[in-house]
Amino acid sequence: MADGDGAGAAATGKLAELPSGAEKGLPRRAKASSGRTLNTAQIPLVASHPDVYEPCDDSFALVDALLSDKAQLLTLQPRLCMEVGSGSGYVITSLAIMLRQLGSGAQYLATDINQHAAETTQATLEAHGVHADVIVTDIVSGLDKRLAGMVDVAVVNPPYVPTPVEEVGCKGIASSWAGGLNGRQVIDRILPAVREMLSERGWLYMVALEDNDPSDICHLMSEMGYASRVVLKRCTEEESLYVLKFWRDPHAVSSASPKSSGSESWFSQLPFKSLWHKNS
Amino acid sequence: MRLLTHNMLASNVRGATTGYPLTLEATKWCTKEVELNADFIRGLLPKIDWRALVDATRALGLPELLPEEQPPEEEIFAEGAADVEGSAIRRIHHALLEVHVQEGSLVCPDTSRCFPINKGIPNMMLHEDEV
Ligand SMILES: C[S@@+](CC[C@H](N)C(=O)[O-])C[C@H]1O[C@@H](n2cnc3c(N)ncnc32)[C@H](O)[C@@H]1O
Repeated sequence: MADGDGAGAAATGKLAELPSGAEKGLPRRAKASSGRTLNTAQIPLVASHPDVYEPCDDSFALVDALLSDKAQLLTLQPRLCMEVGSGSGYVITSLAIMLRQLGSGAQYLATDINQHAAETTQATLEAHGVHADVIVTDIVSGLDKRLAGMVDVAVVNPPYVPTPVEEVGCKGIASSWAGGLNGRQVIDRILPAVREMLSERGWLYMVALEDNDPSDICHLMSEMGYASRVVLKRCTEEESLYVLKFWRDPHAVSSASPKSSGSESWFSQLPFKSLWHKNS
Repeated sequence: MRLLTHNMLASNVRGATTGYPLTLEATKWCTKEVELNADFIRGLLPKIDWRALVDATRALGLPELLPEEQPPEEEIFAEGAADVEGSAIRRIHHALLEVHVQEGSLVCPDTSRCFPINKGIPNMMLHEDEV
């Protein structure tokens, strides 16, 4: 522990010295697998394990989406933040670093179904001098009763790749991407579970693929009283990635129809059919 | 795992009625200082199960850390209390956020199912026949 603390303090010191706008001066390397900005976890400090998902385009997209929402997160002043399926820990570590730079005293929780991933997350957090309590569990099982309604920011990069149903949740690294039919099998379990965790003012950021039918996901969420917005869309050679943001909105149910409502509601502002199907 | 998280965890094993609070058994734990944030504690305190928190501190062999009954809010959040060594808010902060259980287990109060804590990480996974 003493050793870990020392390394953490050193990393903290380095990060703290940088002016908050420092990233603007750096060349932007959105898709590079290293480098990034000092607002985020540093790839060389991210722990790894053969059975744990390494930070990839989807992880970077999620962190970039969080960075782009920095001003809003500052106003939200989250108390409890949580990641479901934290893998290497790249995302939750980045969130903690970013919020700490904004002066936030938030606390963090991370879950993963894979013991190695939980340990890797913990090592990555420690290497950056930030802390989250990490739990090995299925989605949020065990936290569902007492933590309900307490999470202000939830982040999820779920297993979203369309695969044969049998591959979902199997042992080993395949379970980090295998999403079953339309890649929706795990997503469709995560969404209701995470909704229960969110506070009244809580936000959920989630990665989804074009194949997951994001407009359908948003529609389902709107029926449950959540408005949504595409925070980021990124097309890589293999996939079209979206980062979706959801928040509670009493008008969301009605805005699922074309009628306009909430100011930030993406449904109300865009004819989303055309948005989604532009490329198909 | 900190006691804040212990306070939020319950057992979902089949046969458990509430599965809460989990009995803490710790063989190794440590403390790490973090900055006190009174607003965080103010927001959180109404959600904390005081009894479970007190029992957890006792399980760690810290019978003096917290009183049986939660002190009144006026006392906890009294002006300047955060700067006073040994004040209620400092103790609560310490108990919730500075104590890290590294090795041990969490035991379901209804079924005695034991959830291990290794390297600070509780494992709440259930076998198929336990769900
Ligand atoms: C696509 S990876 C994302 C990892 C990391 N968050 C990132 O962005 O790099 C998905 C993660 O979810 C975890 N996972 C899969 N099913 C899960 C479940 N039912 N409950 C909790 N975690 C799960 C996997 O083990 C894996 O670490």
